[in-house]
Amino acid sequence: MTQQGVRWTADQVLALAPDAPSQKAGSKLGIAGPWSRAGSSGEGAVWGLCKGSGSKPYQTVIDTADVAGPAYKCSCPSRKFPCKHALGLLLLWSGEEDGRAAVPDGEEPPDWAREWLAARHDKAEAKRSSPPAGPAAAGDPDAARKRAERRAERVTAGATELERRLSDLLRGGMAAAEQAGYGLWEETAARMVDAQAPGFATRVRELGAIPGSGPGWPARLLEECALLHLLTSGWLRRDELPAALAATVRSRTGLPASAQGRPLRDTWQVLAQYDTADNKLTTRRIWLHGERSGHTALLLSYGAAGRAPALALPVGLALDAELLPHAADPASRQLRADLGEQFTAPCPTTGHPPGIPPAEAAVRYGEALRDDPWLESWPVTLGRVVPVPNGDTGWQLADPDSDLALPIASPAATRSGLWRLVALSGGAPLTVFGECGHRGFTPLAAWPYDGAETVRL
Amino acid sequence: MTAPTTAPTKTAAPTAAHTEAAKAAGRHARTSWEELVTAALLGTDRRTPPVTAPGRDAPAALLDAAAVQTVRRRAGLRAAPAAGRPEPASQDPRPVVPAAARRRLATLLADHTGTAGGGRRGTAPDLVELLPQWLAMANERGFAPPPELLPALLNAARGRTDLRPQALAFAGPRAQWLARLNPDWKFALRAAPGRAAPPGPQEEGAIQRRWQEGLFAERVALLASLRAHTPDTARELLSDTWATERAEDRLMFLDSLRTGLRPADEPFLEQALGDRSRNVRATAAELLSSLPDSALAARMADRAASCVALDRTAPSPALTVEAPHECDAGMERDGVAPKPPAGRGERSWWLGQLVEAAPLASWQGRLGDRSPADIVALPVADDWRAELHAAWCRAAVRQRDASWSRALLGPPASPDAAGPGAVSLAERAKLLTTLPATERAEWVAGFIDAHGLSEAFQLLGVCAVPWAPALGRAVVDALNIARDAGSYPWSFSGVMGLAERCLDPAEAVRLEALTAVPDEPEDASPGAGGYWSEAFQRLVSTLRLRAAMREELGG
Repeated sequence: MTQQGVRWTADQVLALAPDAPSQKAGSKLGIAGPWSRAGSSGEGAVWGLCKGSGSKPYQTVIDTADVAGPAYKCSCPSRKFPCKHALGLLLLWSGEEDGRAAVPDGEEPPDWAREWLAARHDKAEAKRSSPPAGPAAAGDPDAARKRAERRAERVTAGATELERRLSDLLRGGMAAAEQAGYGLWEETAARMVDAQAPGFATRVRELGAIPGSGPGWPARLLEECALLHLLTSGWLRRDELPAALAATVRSRTGLPASAQGRPLRDTWQVLAQYDTADNKLTTRRIWLHGERSGHTALLLSYGAAGRAPALALPVGLALDAELLPHAADPASRQLRADLGEQFTAPCPTTGHPPGIPPAEAAVRYGEALRDDPWLESWPVTLGRVVPVPNGDTGWQLADPDSDLALPIASPAATRSGLWRLVALSGGAPLTVFGECGHRGFTPLAAWPYDGAETVRL
Repeated sequence: MTAPTTAPTKTAAPTAAHTEAAKAAGRHARTSWEELVTAALLGTDRRTPPVTAPGRDAPAALLDAAAVQTVRRRAGLRAAPAAGRPEPASQDPRPVVPAAARRRLATLLADHTGTAGGGRRGTAPDLVELLPQWLAMANERGFAPPPELLPALLNAARGRTDLRPQALAFAGPRAQWLARLNPDWKFALRAAPGRAAPPGPQEEGAIQRRWQEGLFAERVALLASLRAHTPDTARELLSDTWATERAEDRLMFLDSLRTGLRPADEPFLEQALGDRSRNVRATAAELLSSLPDSALAARMADRAASCVALDRTAPSPALTVEAPHECDAGMERDGVAPKPPAGRGERSWWLGQLVEAAPLASWQGRLGDRSPADIVALPVADDWRAELHAAWCRAAVRQRDASWSRALLGPPASPDAAGPGAVSLAERAKLLTTLPATERAEWVAGFIDAHGLSEAFQLLGVCAVPWAPALGRAVVDALNIARDAGSYPWSFSGVMGLAERCLDPAEAVRLEALTAVPDEPEDASPGAGGYWSEAFQRLVSTLRLRAAMREELGG
């Protein structure tokens, strides 16, 4: 089932680190010094003993071929996930020393590692053989329907209240909102959480930050208020909407997906992985591209504040796996998906999705808005574009053939990724994957030439 | 003009702005959008919104209209005409570093940006300290950088000036190109022309133009680069415009003649002795005294010789010193500073300067055909020994005279060598630099064998990297002795740090045995054994890392 001897690159390992300090700490352990009895099964399991400050070495074991991304276990007390020992061991495994692999292949795992690996294996087998828990297993269908109805009532109450708040805001004027600050919105957001409408809550919380976001905030605040109003009215009139749009409204409101779509098996190339965090939650976005189907998919994974999300897929690898698209998200043409069964360990790949010109990318976003007006951006791959400085207004990605360009979104323009992109280009055209939205284009990965490795931005 | 007040259902399917009609609607929408924002900002109680809808109150109608506009505006976004594209970066002819080396560089640079500092060093190597070595190796092998790492490399070089020469040489033309786009990296442009290839003869016009019209930094760089390849051309270029340069500039330009100093420079330097600026005069005199056959050197030799003589009245040969009684105009013109620093006597200050500037070779003839070693061994009357020897040390360093350096250093094992003798450790380190690398290593090895490590730091700093086998062994043995003596390793952290960077990686095998935690002797400092084991582990892993680095760059 798994490929023999496919090892990751150090970049890919480091991409798994939950934060920069872990990356640094892991790098320092990526050498033979502290490790003893390190070995690899050649089928994705890697283990070793790492000398720490105590007398007993830490036992670290990693299953790189797990269906849900790599899994780690380490006897250290760290709450980081993966911990520096796991990162260090993977780095050691990815490299070589004196011309041979630093972690030998085809070894028998020691007992402590075997136990854990076997337990995982059994669990995976059990999951595979047992039939998926259908709606029938969720208990009494009547009770379930009643629960859903009760929740819908609460959301409706929340939506009505929110409508009233928005009306009050516009009646008194947004200028007053500048003085009100976060407090007003935080309280409303909390009420929306109580109303079991997390989609409302998130949007309300974001409203609070806009008055402090610099010049042009009134227009941005009106935009976001209007879109929130669009969502609440959509919810209140969901019975009148076409089924697909009603599903989008439900999903944007934050109601759980009813069922998943048909699994989609492909060789999925990991294009990008990045985290955004607020004070409650770290959200990790992973973009995948199906090499055969041409589909683009988005995996989301969450971590509580300060903790890294569990799912981590190194950029530049490809994995033969099934994705389970979210059926509740038909408007987004099934971008959202969950990782299903993984058939091989991820292995390095080259190549990139076919690129389109900037003009076409803008049209794609526009068309996607037709199905989901709340969409912030749409994933696209731009072919043959050059990063171009555009005076004081930031950077563009320009198509040298048509001389048309997309602006690079300003938050992205201040990130170090922009300069990596500019350096990679050197003024020559390259292929760039990113999110194209109303704020501009956010570059996430690039390829300087055909067949190049993916460069993470 | 009425803005659309459709229900959200229809908003969700905006008839994308493809057609002319849609474009017209877009223009229409823009003006109306401004009005919507104004109304929203002031509040519908104060300003009647530009939209109304039957059965909807004013705020709801305003939000309806704003929703339509927002989605329409977003859906209607189109690519804009591109700004002028920058000239592409010039090609880097060098091959890009191999993949493994590229990843190594990424780790070294990642560590750099995350430098936190503080805390115990633990067993892991200090990656930041290995970056200079990595860059030097990559440059020796003629590799080009992976472009995506250039921003991190430039940021590292921005924070550490000592990294810049190597980093910029490695970064190559694309870094220059980047530096023109990002003001944070301006330093790369300043330093650039210095390392440019020597301009060919056909570029003479270009050289003249750059010299005549360039900025100060560019001119210094041009002079330095010319001096390195065609020293006489550089001097001629400088002497052409000499009279018109500002005093500070003259000083900098004159200083660049240090590279490739040669007898042919003498007439120019003699003329600079009459300069208006005292600093320029002093520098010219210093340069002339480094040319043993120059007229200035001969004048200084005569002056010095009149101060130091063999005492023929003494029963055994000895030196007598009669320091000068005045600093005359001739001495001042030849660069002798008349005023001593606070706390020093005038006469000994003048003597020191005369002896320092006199060619060392002249002493042998004047002091009875003795070898440098014999001269240094002569007793000196009236406590002048320290003063005289210190001046000879400075002369040996200035004139790069190995035989005098050897004589002044003395045997490494002599008890004098570690003590506060006539020659300080700093002077010893400088003297060592005039010796060939192997001899230097042997001397320092001998010094460490005899005196241990506590005074060795400065001396080790001037030894060639990687350390010669004998030197490496001496350092490791001394560390081992220090450990057995029961002291803490941080007393030796300076030497340990040097050893991590300078020991030959081949030593790692031998060191492995030292990483075990030893049984603690009774009189040892508590816990020292564990710390030593940790320090040796770090040493071994750093050496292994350095070996791996070299391997990745093709051996």
